[in-house]
Amino acid sequence: MKPSNSPMLRFEKVSKRYGSLTVLDSLDFEVARNEKVAIIGPSGSGKTTLLRMLMTLEEIDDGVIYVEGEPLTHMSQGERLVRANRQHVSRVRAKIGMVFQHFNLFPHMSAVQNCIEAPVTVLGLSKDEAYARAADLLQMVGLGDKLDHYPSQLSGGQKQRVAIARALAMRPKIMLFDEVTSALDPELVGEVLKVIRQLGEDHDLTMLMVTHEMGFAKEFADRVCFFDAGKMVEQGTPQQIFGDPQHERSKQFLSAVLETR
Amino acid sequence: MMLEWDWNYTWEILPILGEASLVTIKATLLGFLLAAALGLVFALLRMSRVRYVRWIATAVIEFIRSTPLLIQIFFLYYVMPEFGLSLDAMTAGVIALGVHYACYCSEVYRAGLDNVPKGQWEAAIALNLSPFVTLRDIIIPQAIPPVVPALANYLVALFKETPLLSAIAVLELMQTAKILASESFQYTEPITLVGLYFLFFSLISAALSRQLEAWLSRRHGGTR
Repeated sequence: MKPSNSPMLRFEKVSKRYGSLTVLDSLDFEVARNEKVAIIGPSGSGKTTLLRMLMTLEEIDDGVIYVEGEPLTHMSQGERLVRANRQHVSRVRAKIGMVFQHFNLFPHMSAVQNCIEAPVTVLGLSKDEAYARAADLLQMVGLGDKLDHYPSQLSGGQKQRVAIARALAMRPKIMLFDEVTSALDPELVGEVLKVIRQLGEDHDLTMLMVTHEMGFAKEFADRVCFFDAGKMVEQGTPQQIFGDPQHERSKQFLSAVLETR
Repeated sequence: MMLEWDWNYTWEILPILGEASLVTIKATLLGFLLAAALGLVFALLRMSRVRYVRWIATAVIEFIRSTPLLIQIFFLYYVMPEFGLSLDAMTAGVIALGVHYACYCSEVYRAGLDNVPKGQWEAAIALNLSPFVTLRDIIIPQAIPPVVPALANYLVALFKETPLLSAIAVLELMQTAKILASESFQYTEPITLVGLYFLFFSLISAALSRQLEAWLSRRHGGTR
């Protein structure tokens, strides 16, 4: 298998249901290597579910997700795809990192310990190597002077930057951002977006972000996908989606969102 | 009839009771160590993804909690030898106390584990931590500090139940007091002293536990 020939991510007829409610309906979706994709849409449209399925936080009811051509939660057995074992999931999942709306930092660990935990226990790095890597990353997100601070001593924006450094410490190829500025005070949004922008410029990362920051999506994303009621209704360049949306639902949503700005 | 308090007799038996109190403390600490460790194991088994493990753990805990500790002590000491397991009185007593209180502690741990936000588990998955590392490094360190005061309450409760060990003739405080009393026919002094001893230590423990609680809430009042 030559992963470089396949798209970074491919969703093949992926569905997710909660009881009788379908949150994602037979989604086909591809993301190219290093592509930056913004996912927008009203709440309940399935956009966060899409990220959570990629991170294996939600089970897939139907369909297959491929990461560099390899199924994420399935493995081939002869001709058929069967549910993957833990080792397989873990190996493929290692390519993906995620930043959450509510940070989910480990409150009993300092900033640098948050960033060391997984590299040491999962990748088997030595404490010193992991520390050096963590210190570099915290420096990069502008927290070089806060290595030993605990999450409770940091502002929301600082916590979210630690969370970004923590995810990056695992050297993922794909980064998922799930409404990462929604829980922040308005004056702290900028510092987090600045870090994400810089990441996109300096690193080979495929990025998927669910966001309500339309201005940022417009300027940062290569492609914008509009989701509604479990379906991708429309996708295109930021110019297309924000300048001239074709679908009735996207027009309604965007005019409602942009009006409040 | 006036109640008579014999000070001479009091001074005479005090050192003997003092020595016996060491046995009480030893049974308490060993019993609680077992309860605290086994309680965590029970709590984790009850969270198992395997249904049968959960069922069995729940059934065992219910069974132990629903039968009197005194009967369990008797059973371990007098009945187990029939099945080829002979334990000395102290060991049987410590195991009975420890296993019994492990069931109560497991409830406390479970509350602590349930209180760790879902986001912590999700962050651990996103970082690809194994289930074992997730429990060891992320979940348990957050689950335990908030429930330490509740565990401390069970330590005091267990301490106050150690006189039950006198039923299998462990030479702890109560058994020693009973022996002294039966020799001298003076019950007032030894039994009162034993009562005072438990009162004294329970009050101290309660005060310490309040301090511990205040310290923990200062230390872990932070946000995520």
